[in-house]
Amino acid sequence: MLRWLVWRDLMLAWRRRADMLSTVFFFVIVVSLFPLGIGPETQLLRKIAPGVVWVAALLASMLSLGKLFSNDYQDGTLEQLLLTPQPVYLVVLGKTLAHWIVSEVPLVLIAPLVGVQFDLSRETLWILFASLLLGTPVLSLIGSIGAALTLGLRGGGVLISILVLPLYIPALIFGAGAVEASIMGTSPAPHLYLLGASAIVSLLFSPWAASAALRISLE
Amino acid sequence: MKVYKYASPATFYPLAGKMIPWFAIPSAVLFAVGLYVGFFVAPTDFQQGDAYRIMFIHVPAAWMGMLLYVLMAIYAGIGWAFNARLSSMMASAIATTGAMFTMLSLVTGALWGKPTWGTYWVWDARMTSTLILLFLYIGFISLQAAIDDTRRADRAGAVLALVGVINVPIIYFSVQWWNTLHQGATIRLIGKPSIAAPMLAAMLIMLAACWFYSVAVVLIRLRCIILEREQNASRFAEVGV
Repeated sequence: MLRWLVWRDLMLAWRRRADMLSTVFFFVIVVSLFPLGIGPETQLLRKIAPGVVWVAALLASMLSLGKLFSNDYQDGTLEQLLLTPQPVYLVVLGKTLAHWIVSEVPLVLIAPLVGVQFDLSRETLWILFASLLLGTPVLSLIGSIGAALTLGLRGGGVLISILVLPLYIPALIFGAGAVEASIMGTSPAPHLYLLGASAIVSLLFSPWAASAALRISLE
Repeated sequence: MKVYKYASPATFYPLAGKMIPWFAIPSAVLFAVGLYVGFFVAPTDFQQGDAYRIMFIHVPAAWMGMLLYVLMAIYAGIGWAFNARLSSMMASAIATTGAMFTMLSLVTGALWGKPTWGTYWVWDARMTSTLILLFLYIGFISLQAAIDDTRRADRAGAVLALVGVINVPIIYFSVQWWNTLHQGATIRLIGKPSIAAPMLAAMLIMLAACWFYSVAVVLIRLRCIILEREQNASRFAEVGV
């Protein structure tokens, strides 16, 4: 069931490839705006790089969250999925996994490239990649709760942002902290461990909360 | 048990009306007493001079902000689990007061920080997690405002409140877990507090004042929410809605 769900979502996303790419382009543009706005002084850019790249990743994730359940909700498929004998937890887990692969993994892959704009060293770029690799599952998982709560509401992306950004802040702190530690020369390990821990905890609890939220939204 | 009859909005409405003066008037008295003791009786601090006196507003406000969030989550959870309308209405009533106290604690904290730490804001663990608490309150209020169907709004709010309740222990323990600018706990449940007696007295009086104030204001707001939602019920016809 899980494999089928993930494969289905991946296929559907592939048919709308432009949506996938728009998230990545948004990320690249936002990250590039900062050096343009602040100026080319490399010392300053290196200082702001962790925060800027991570906040851009947060914003790009949030924009793509609206699509997580809404397409299936609108044509009634989501209701049918909830009526299957399989636990709703699996439905949410499968869709979140597919969302992560489609919307977040491209960000993770392209982040080192945009990190070059901030004059980061090779090692720091690796830590940036690792922090995003560990952190983006947290973003997808916690975002799925927000997406499930706001299903079909008129508030749109802004409402999801208000709900989900406070819950994203710990991931942001540890993720940006890891990159900053690497720039400073100290070990990024504590931050990466905490990021990994939040990923595991969200993997356990977010689909559960999101499935409760889905049932509430679909009544 | 006769007390369960008050789980109905219709029977709780007059009870709440009778309770309000019992909390509002003592609250006003406690505020007067607490502020007097805090500003005139408590001695000047050795290190901070007189600037520390904002603590008598800042600490009770912070405590109320955290306490009200947990209460809100509990009421929302009970409303969701037992399908109890009044519980969910109570959660919605608490949200605004909790957000106000959290905002007050952040603002008074900033005003206190300027003369003592030299800066209005520092991104230490406690301040950051209290800011997150404020955002969680705002998210709860926005979510309920965005959903038209009241039952869905109540339950969705309950999910959000319960997901966010993890933040309150984080705020509380942040001063132990991280090396931050905020001091550690001065008042413990067991053992002698390391603070002067008049200061402790003033702080506890202000805490009681804020607590009584919260109960009164939440009950007033709850009565408004009951009227808004039950306005079509004939039993409220005589109230003139």
